[in-house]
Parts: sequence; C-alpha cells; structure tokens
Amino acid sequence: MDNVVGKKSGLTWAVHISMAVLVALWLFPTLGLFVSSFRTADQIATSGWWSALSTQERQVPAIRVGGTELEVDGRFVIEGRLFTATNAEVSAWGTTSTAPEANAPGDVVELGDGVTLTVAPDGAYVLSSPQTTAGARLPRIFSTAATPPEFTFQNYRAILFEPSNTDGMSKAFFNTLTVTIPATIIPILVAAFAAYALAWMDFPGRALLIAAIVGLLVVPLQLALIPLLKLHNEIGIGKGYLGTWLAHTGFGLPLAIYLLRNYMVGLPRDIIECAKVDGASDFQIFTKIILPLSFPALASFAIFQFLWTWNDLLVSLVFLIDSSGQTTVMTKQIVELLGTRGGNWEILATAAFISIAVPLLVFFAMQKYLVRGLLAGSVK
Amino acid sequence: MSPALQGLITIIIGVGGCVSYFYFSNLFLDKVLFPPSGPNAGRNINRANMIRPWLFLMPALIALSVYLAYPVVETLRLSLTQRVPGGGYQWVGFDNYTKMFGEPKFWEALKNNMLWLIVVPAMSTAFGLLAAQLSDRIRWGNLAKSLIFMPMAISFVGAAVIWKLVYDTRPVDQEQIGIMNAVWLAFQGGPMSVLFLKIVPILGLLAFAAAVGLVAWVFVRPMIKPSGPVGGGTIPLRLLVGAAALWLIFMSVRSAIGLAGTDLPYGVPQTWLTIPFWNSFFLMIVLVWIQTGFAMVILSAALRGVPEDTIEAAIVDGANPFQIFFKIKVPQIMGTIVVVWTTITIVVLKVFDIVFAMSNGQWETQVLANYMYDKLFRANDWGVGSASAMIIMLLVTPILIWNVYNARKEMR
Repeated sequence: MDNVVGKKSGLTWAVHISMAVLVALWLFPTLGLFVSSFRTADQIATSGWWSALSTQERQVPAIRVGGTELEVDGRFVIEGRLFTATNAEVSAWGTTSTAPEANAPGDVVELGDGVTLTVAPDGAYVLSSPQTTAGARLPRIFSTAATPPEFTFQNYRAILFEPSNTDGMSKAFFNTLTVTIPATIIPILVAAFAAYALAWMDFPGRALLIAAIVGLLVVPLQLALIPLLKLHNEIGIGKGYLGTWLAHTGFGLPLAIYLLRNYMVGLPRDIIECAKVDGASDFQIFTKIILPLSFPALASFAIFQFLWTWNDLLVSLVFLIDSSGQTTVMTKQIVELLGTRGGNWEILATAAFISIAVPLLVFFAMQKYLVRGLLAGSVK
Repeated sequence: MSPALQGLITIIIGVGGCVSYFYFSNLFLDKVLFPPSGPNAGRNINRANMIRPWLFLMPALIALSVYLAYPVVETLRLSLTQRVPGGGYQWVGFDNYTKMFGEPKFWEALKNNMLWLIVVPAMSTAFGLLAAQLSDRIRWGNLAKSLIFMPMAISFVGAAVIWKLVYDTRPVDQEQIGIMNAVWLAFQGGPMSVLFLKIVPILGLLAFAAAVGLVAWVFVRPMIKPSGPVGGGTIPLRLLVGAAALWLIFMSVRSAIGLAGTDLPYGVPQTWLTIPFWNSFFLMIVLVWIQTGFAMVILSAALRGVPEDTIEAAIVDGANPFQIFFKIKVPQIMGTIVVVWTTITIVVLKVFDIVFAMSNGQWETQVLANYMYDKLFRANDWGVGSASAMIIMLLVTPILIWNVYNARKEMR
C-alpha cells in the first residue's frame, strides 16, 4: 500500500528487524522453560538454558582417587574415571584447588614418593605408586571438561509416569481434565438456547436482558467466591467437582450468550422465515438450522471456555481443592511446587510445561476460531 | 467413584438433562398446554409463542442470577456485617470499610493496582499496535503474529513459572541461569552501560512524560481556549485526565532524575522480585507479555478495516509512513483502541494468579485481588474480604456502565 506510487519504502528492513526483535522477546521466556525441561538438574544449575545447544566447558566436581588397587609390573595402580558421560572431553586438570587447571590431559604428574598420576582426555585416570596406597590419603583431581549438548526425557518420565513421586502431575492432569470438559460443554448448550431466544424471538424485556448480560460480562468473579461457597455449603454440595462445574458454567455464561447472540443475529433472516413458513417450530429451527450454522461461534466460545477453565486457579482453589489433597489441579500443583521446590528447575519447568502443552496444542490447532471469537467479543 | 467416571456421568446427565429439558418442555407447551388446534388454535399459538422464549432462557437466567447477580448483592450485605462467634451475622455498618482503610497493606494494594491499571493497558496496547502495524507489512507476518499471540493460551501460573526462570538469581560466584541477571552482569559500568542503563531509560521516561503531556493537552485545551462549545458533562473527565497526567509526568520526571543520580550496583546479581517499587513492574511485564497478543489481534483487524482510499489520498498528498500511521490510521481506529484498553483494564483489575504465584504480595507487590484472597481465606475475615471485593466492583462499575450504554445505543 505504501508503494502505491511506485516507491519501495526504505523502512522495509527496519520493519523486518524490529518485528524479529519483538518476536524473539515474546518467544524467549517460553523457549527457556521448554529447553530447561529437557536438561538434567545438574546442567540447569550450572549453565543458562541459552547455552544448552553449545558445547559446555565447565569444572567437573572434584573427585578423590579411589577404587581397587592392582599390582602391575611391580607398581600399584588405581584406575578410574572422572565422569560417566562418554562424550565429554577433559581440557585441563590439577590436583589442588588453587591450581585446578595446572595440567593438560595426558600429562604425567609426579606427586612425590614416586607416585605418578595421569588423566587421559576421555576422563580416565591412572594413579601409579611404588608402594601400596592402601590406607593412605589419596589425591583429589580437579578437572575442566567440555560437554557437548545433551538432552533427556528423564524429567518427563519422573513427573508423569512415576506413581510414587509426590511432585507428580499425572493425578493433577486428570483432575484438571475432569474439571475442564463438563465445564466447557454445559455452558455452551445452555447459552445456545438463551442466545437464540435473545436473537430471534420477540418478547417484552428482551433489550433489558441483553443489557444485563453485557453488564454481567465484566462483574469480577472475586465477588462471587464467598456467597457461592456459603450457598454450596448450605445446599450440601460443599467443595467438589459439581460445585466447580456449576461455578464455571455460571461465570462463562455471559460471554457465551453474548458471543452466540451476536453471531446468530447476523444469520440471514430469509432462511429462518422460510423454515417458519414451511411449518417448522422454533425448536426445530434451532436444532436443524441455527445450531449447525453457528458452528464457528460455538467453536470460538468452546476454545475460550476450555482455555479459561484449564488455566484457572482461583475457582479451583475456592470451590474444589480441599485438605485431602486428592482433588488438586495442575495450576495449584505448580504453585505448591514453586513454594517447596523453588530452586529445582528441572521439576518446575517440566511440570509447568506439561500444564501449558495442552492449551498450546489447542491454540495452534484452532487459532482461527479463537481470533474470530475475540473479534466478535470485543469489536463492537 | 473415580472423578473421571463421575465427570463422564455428569456430562451425560448434564447434557442429557439440558437437551431433554428443552425438548420436553417444548413438547409439553405445544401438545398439552396450548395445542395449535381445536377451537382456540390462533390464541394458543400466540400464547405458546409468548411463553417459549422464557423456556429457552430459563436455565441461563437461573445460572446467571444465582452465580453472578445474587453474589453481588450478597457480597454487599456481607461487607456490612460481621460474623458473630458461634454462628450468625451482626450488622456493623461501615466498620469493615473503616478497618480496611486503616490498614497500610490495603493502601499498598490500591496504589499498586492503580500503577497496574496505568502501565499494563498502556504497554499492552502500544506493543499490540506496534506488532499489528509491523506484521501487516511483511510476508512472515502471520507467523510472527501467531508467536506473539501464543502467551494468551498460557495460564497465569504457567507464565509465572516462565518468568520466575527469567528473573532467577544465583549467588555471585555461580553462573547465572536467569536471563535477566545474565544480561545485567554483562554490564560492567563502562560507557555502554551508561548508554543502555541510564541514557536510554531516561530518554524513554522523558518521552513517556511528553506523550502523556500531549494527550492531556488535547483533553484540557478546549477548556482554556474554547474554540467551540465545551460539553458541560465532559469537564470533570477533562479535569481528571489533566490531574492524572500531571501526576504521571511528575512521577516519570522524578524517576528520571532519580535514575541519573543513583549508582547502579554493577556486577552484583539482583533478586529482581524483592526490589521495592520496581518489583511491581517486573510482575506487570508478565501480564503485558500475555495481553499484547490480544491487543495485536484486535488492532490488526481494525487496521485492515481502515478504508484504503484515505491512505491513498494521504500518499498522494505526500505523507510519509509515520504520518500515515499516526494521522490517518490511528485516529480511525481510536474506537477499537478504547475497547482494547478497557478490556485489558478489566483483566488487570482481576489479576490474582500472577501475584499469588510469583510474590504472594510480599515485598510491597500486593494487589487488591490478592489482598482480598488473603483476607477471605487466610485471615478468614469475611467482612473485610467482602469490603475489598466491593472496592474491585466499584472500580469496574464505570466500565460496566459504559459497556451497557454502548450496547443499548447499538441496539436502537
């Protein structure tokens, strides 16, 4: 549009670069969590996730020489390895903490009394002594090794598939699913009928009802917590799934009715009038014509409600989670982990990524409907 | 019974119940109550059509009134009462409110909420507008939009974990694994540090102050130099905008002067979430990160809706891309910008999970929603908790009225 008059904008490069910077800024935090969830605790603690793809040169924890002593050619020899990783490579080593990088791999170092020590590039060391070293204090080896990138699924295995793991997410995952699915389906059904009545049926008070629903759209759900908890206790629901489903249904309804009504009002009047002339009842018009035609709006709201209930913390905290610990949901589990495992990023990152993986999948698969719903819900 | 099975049964009962309610109540209406046949067929049809809408609306109306309308009234009542030990409630008038206003933690929460209310909608809308404008002009724009939009799908709690990793701090002798500290330690106090950590932020703050001043001038000018009749009803609004702008300008200039005078602790890893005042901003960034995608999607659609002939006319008249953007496009999508702004404002007023998961209101980061949760479920003080909920409701009310007013206007 800017080159309408045949002039290519000189800003093109600036646009590309600024957009790339913006995207990188927005993507980096999530990427960090994603990469971290595939690294071992040791790797996360010693280097930033951004260096996970490059070869790491870092100090290996000091190792004291030990192992079985063998007598070879009149000398007493102890062999061992500095680390278990097979593809790491020692770049320097030493025997004192003051000079941990004094020697190159392959050097033979004299430790006094004829004792010699050598470390091979692959981390194997050989201590050789003229007398037996049994009972003597053996030297420590400090080394610096370069480790190539390495990723593991161990974190996911530990958090998802180990039933004994108290930090596990499998139960919370199924609880979240149990909350989410009914809480998504029921409001759609209830709202669809109401939206049809508000869009295509004439009755006194219709305009007032629509205005009330627009008003209820922004009522903060914080107001509802105490009265509803009291109500649930009085009628005997207490804390549990039923109360949570009902609460999510109630809180989701204004948006559902608003979105669906706006969409249904836009459907062509002719179709509905033709059906009426042909003798269809309102119920038939709704189920046979309106519902199939409203699929895009139904899908939009379903995604909203799914994301909202899946990601919710407050409603579950108040209406679902009791002291038994059996009904925890993923968001609550992660908040707990933040408190108890604040520094264990391999646990935190994996748990968080498990909880955001499902919404991300839904998001990328159904982005079109989500955008459509947003536009219908706001640009008015 | 396993919850999954219970869930399945509930789905079947819930969905089946809803469907059969709608089906059988309609059947009952048409076949038994007012059958469209016999001597009164015409009257019956009319009566059935009068009742049917309410059959369709009933479940929704019940759910809405029990789950949203009743709680508003009930919370108002609770905020004026106090629980008596042993059960029952006692009318205490405005005692809960006076008690709440006497607490420094409440004023801290209110002050922080005001800061959130200014910063988050402003930054989300600004970044969203920037991203929308930039992505419309490049070929990989859709991919870029997808990626910026992505945080919308991430839960506040997930986002809290993501950003805690960004803000992570390790002791000074260890390698930093949080990217903020890694970047921070790259600055050693040389000329580049002065440029990036002093001059650029100060210029940014001053530019912000200038922008605020410009907006305020647009609002206040008609009162000083009346070129036409000033609507009487808008004067309080104009004064409010002017006062808020003065305060913002004062704050940003003071911050700029403060920044110029301080010695930044180079080389020392910072625990970002415990620095008073600034830590609130580190929490706000999380919400800006989430909401920018929303602003971008809506503004991008609005930008595409700007009539092309206005832009072509501007090009023919020799406008440069910046002029086209600020003088042609932005004024035409002002309505959408206001909608985006208010929508994000509502999200901000309800923000709870981020603060709850990241700092839990410690280190002066309290906000109203978390303060309320503290009162309700930790201190078990339902009176003050309900009173703070009413404060949130009070802050939302202007937007509520404005939305309803617009919806009514549109229906006519």
